[in-house]
Amino acid sequence: MTSPAASLRPDLAAIAAHVAPGSRVLDIGCGDGALMAELESVSGCDARGMELDGALVERCVSRGLSVVQGDANLDLANYPDKAFDYAILSQTLQTATRPDLILDELLRVGRRAFVSFPNFAHWRTRTALLLGGRMPVTRALPVSWYETENIHHVTVEDFRDLARMKGARIERAWFFANEKQIGAPAANWRAEFAVFELSR
Amino acid sequence: MNTAPVSKVYPIPHPLPLDSGQVLEGAQVAYETYGTLAADKSNAVLVCHALTGDQYLASPHPITGKPGWWERMVGPGKPIDTNRHFVICANVIGSCMGSSGPASLAPDGEPYAMRFPVITIRDMVRGLVALLDGLGIEKLHAVVGGSMGGMQALSLAANWPERAARVLVIASTARHSAQNIAFHEVGRQAIMADPAWAGGDYYAGEAKPDNGLAVARMAAHITYLSEAGLTEKFGRRLQDREAKGFGFDAEFQVESYLRYQGSGFTRRFDANSYLYITRAMDYFDIAEEHGGKLADAFAGTQARFCIVSFDTDWLYPTAESRHVVHALNAAGAKVSFVELSAPHGHDSFLLEHDQLDRVVKGFVE
Repeated sequence: MTSPAASLRPDLAAIAAHVAPGSRVLDIGCGDGALMAELESVSGCDARGMELDGALVERCVSRGLSVVQGDANLDLANYPDKAFDYAILSQTLQTATRPDLILDELLRVGRRAFVSFPNFAHWRTRTALLLGGRMPVTRALPVSWYETENIHHVTVEDFRDLARMKGARIERAWFFANEKQIGAPAANWRAEFAVFELSR
Repeated sequence: MNTAPVSKVYPIPHPLPLDSGQVLEGAQVAYETYGTLAADKSNAVLVCHALTGDQYLASPHPITGKPGWWERMVGPGKPIDTNRHFVICANVIGSCMGSSGPASLAPDGEPYAMRFPVITIRDMVRGLVALLDGLGIEKLHAVVGGSMGGMQALSLAANWPERAARVLVIASTARHSAQNIAFHEVGRQAIMADPAWAGGDYYAGEAKPDNGLAVARMAAHITYLSEAGLTEKFGRRLQDREAKGFGFDAEFQVESYLRYQGSGFTRRFDANSYLYITRAMDYFDIAEEHGGKLADAFAGTQARFCIVSFDTDWLYPTAESRHVVHALNAAGAKVSFVELSAPHGHDSFLLEHDQLDRVVKGFVE
């Protein structure tokens, strides 16, 4: 397995390290295309992206990446079944109108899916809510409740429940705190971010 | 009407079969090139022009003397860089700047006029493909077009998928809508209502249907601009007067501007060409050519696509571009799509736009 560039966000680096070289990949919410560029240049993947923000799409296209300006809530429907080896949804699930339906679409267009999200049950978030009595503003969730794009906060355990409910198998999971990977025990307390690899 | 070929002219060495079932004998294509063709002929970029455009992409227009219509995009060091790429732009069949069209002479020595066969966008592309054959270019590095030029790029990709590695379509559509057809019909009726049109047989006489053509251009020009753009540029300001004149001169600046656009256009364009080209655009529906399903038109394509729309373009709105993108997604094609923000409506693709420059450069490179 190739080692991903150190500049990638830890959750993206974990994904990049576990995408099989030469795969067809759809990166939903691809942002500025950092993961796509990595997958294309290092792993020889055929990477496609979807991004809502036109300015970010322009940056992706300007650097030669194939990215469609679109809304995952609407535009995934046009891709054929199993069109990709992997469908990737990084830090986007919690912004979706219906995360459960997006998960269905991920597992329809991709043979496997990677999903990463901030864990709302991290101890900092719990403490901020329990002791502060206000919606948490933390390192992992830095935006106030009234302007955050995160409209469906989710925890590690919530996600496991959703996967089970959807009949998705959790192939692997990675957890991160402090920009570093941590072990699985008590991840729902300790992880700021989680990455799951799913199949169905 | 100046139909004298100023450009290089390629005589198509075979009869050109048309969608109508007719065949065009002895057709020719006038074209300009910029940059140098690589020894392996791998660096050719074909730029397709819009309805009233021509081959003078990045060099002065011989009639108006104005700079090429996309000089800000094409040239040394520009987003489509002629230091790296061999850029070709050809006048479409049906037009009037040296390629075969209704003003050209038929085999009987008289202008075709309305005897010229009705053509389609795909027929125009047949002419372009014949030119590529003549130049020995098997595969384009890229085909690029805005508006009707984008239709040609899509048509090339759908019908000659092996001829272009990259397909860049700006402010365009895969089909003409009822509204698109309606506006074109207004233009055509304006030309045909001009007594000087004379059933199209005006080439020998003194009078030409300039009034009708000018009105057609005025109506069309409105569709190229956004309401906000018109308001910003003209508002309700009066032209060269302090108060309303209670008459029918061009009192408002916007009227004066449209009349200027209309009359200027008649100096460089043939009214019959306007009829033929608008008709070709109205017939355009790539899905219809491919069994009714747009995705089927691009099945198996290996080309990379980039589709660009503008948020204020109401002639070929973003929804039409999305329709193309969805079909390309369904076909498994490698596609990029971005809706750019610009105040000027459909014409934005011809105007200063840094983001467009970066997208074009990044995609064509």
